[in-house]
Amino acid sequence: MKAQGKAIKYGDNVDTDVIIPARYLNTSDPNELAKHCMEDIDTEFVSKVQKGDIMVAGKNFGCGSSREHAPIAIKASGISCVIAETFARIFYRNAINIGLPIIECPEAAKDISDGDTVSIDFDSGKIVNVSKNKEYMGVPFPEFMQEIIAADGLIGYIKKQLGSKEA
Amino acid sequence: MGMTMTQKILADHAGLDKVSAGQLIKAKLDMVLGNDITTPVAVKEFKKIGVDKVFDVNKIAIVPDHFTPNKDIKSAEQVKFIREFAKEMGIVNFFEIGQMGVEHALLPEKGLVVPGDVVIGADSHTCTYGALGAFSTGIGSTDMAAGMATGEAWFKVPEAMKFVLKGKPGKWVGGKDIILHIIGMIGVDGALYRSMEFTGDGVAHLSMDDRFAMANMAIEAGGKNGIFEVDEKTIEYVKEHSTKTYKVYKADDDAEYVATYEIDLSQVKPTVAFPHLPSNTRTIDNVGNIKIDQVVIGSCTNGRIEDLRVAAEVLKGRKVHEDVRCIIIPATQKIWKQAMNEGLFDIFIDAGAAVSTPTCGPCLGGHMGILAKGERAVATTNRNFVGRMGHPESEIYLAGPAIAAASAVLGRIGSPDEI
Repeated sequence: MKAQGKAIKYGDNVDTDVIIPARYLNTSDPNELAKHCMEDIDTEFVSKVQKGDIMVAGKNFGCGSSREHAPIAIKASGISCVIAETFARIFYRNAINIGLPIIECPEAAKDISDGDTVSIDFDSGKIVNVSKNKEYMGVPFPEFMQEIIAADGLIGYIKKQLGSKEA
Repeated sequence: MGMTMTQKILADHAGLDKVSAGQLIKAKLDMVLGNDITTPVAVKEFKKIGVDKVFDVNKIAIVPDHFTPNKDIKSAEQVKFIREFAKEMGIVNFFEIGQMGVEHALLPEKGLVVPGDVVIGADSHTCTYGALGAFSTGIGSTDMAAGMATGEAWFKVPEAMKFVLKGKPGKWVGGKDIILHIIGMIGVDGALYRSMEFTGDGVAHLSMDDRFAMANMAIEAGGKNGIFEVDEKTIEYVKEHSTKTYKVYKADDDAEYVATYEIDLSQVKPTVAFPHLPSNTRTIDNVGNIKIDQVVIGSCTNGRIEDLRVAAEVLKGRKVHEDVRCIIIPATQKIWKQAMNEGLFDIFIDAGAAVSTPTCGPCLGGHMGILAKGERAVATTNRNFVGRMGHPESEIYLAGPAIAAASAVLGRIGSPDEI
């Protein structure tokens, strides 16, 4: 699986309250959530994001509330992958569980500038900055997480597990 | 190499003699929790799995506490959806308005979590139950769905940081000040993916309410869980609230910690976290002159009876400043009744504060105290992120109940010693 798009860059400690403010959590409809994604720190995000774009951020991305609405909103807004120096642990789990591709790569997160064209090969973990003609290697997923990803998320994985128990 | 408290609990629940940091395990769950925001998503995912019942009707708790009493039609529909699911599945621990409280104050009070348990909750502050010597951690809705179906969850066994607490905290210093002090020291990702284990002689000087407030905010340092060594106070609390069997786990003498901090509680001052991160702390003598518009005393961090008693001690015979709205939210019905019977509401009402039914409400900018553009609040809640309590250009200052109540009187951030 591959992704390519323009980078939209943010700083450290982007919390799930700014990814999707709680005032919009009276629904879990992905398209409704996407309309308000990032608006408290970037009022232009919703109008500028193009399908396939890549979100790039610093340390502790997705900290705070466990709301799965955060990765759901990012995914529904068209973002194909989030690259960060580090992810907060609940966000990391949630992203894997719902099938939003994420990659930890401090080097790429620091070096990529807003607007750079970036491509990612998820199988190898290789990130290419097309604009700067540079390459970075992301931290690969542990094997069991790759199984979850291959099953299109945790629900698919559990279904498979339960199915094999019955069989 | 020995194991930490967290590692021992996880090993037992995974059916293993030993686990080590970084190991991936599957653990049996003693409790799976969700609220009115996260459970609707979990129920949708649960239905995709294709099972027709939950793993154990007694080991799931659903607490509609965030936007309740329902703040609008969409919220009412979300709660209706999960209420119907709870009924259909026969889930015993669904807490309706009237029995409901802020989830992390409610579950220990109802005796649903005891030492040695493994708990996951689709709410980041699920780490609160570490105060009881349980392993508890926040997860998302899909993990909640999988937990409800299978009674198990995947974990990466965390590394640990040890906090050795010594001495006795001074007047006006509570668990909130201590945990803000720690987060200020290590940062909002200082404990990322790790467990924070609290031990030392100083623990004996902390009430259960202090410990709940501290474990509650482990997540604000990025922690996977926060956990306290079980002592007589813990056992007394558990016996008073629960009939469940518990198990006490102690860390091995040769357990490995990536860092050890010694904290002299007698030196911790009342502490305030400035916008917009819980790690942006200043001691009360360094806050300067910050005028405020609102005070909120409540939440899963500081809405317990001792918090209300401290607030009452400060507000007794005094008036809330004319430019300040002071909103006090007892975290559960039991705490509400206790506060009423102790006469605390007379003190609050006479001071000009408003008392609310239990709700998370303003903490996450839901309802019951939203901030306008440019407004500032002192809150005993746990997050001061941009826009958390209302307008993106409003500001939240996190503090314990003593500072919050004193600030309500002063109209600016200050200490009870100033009034």
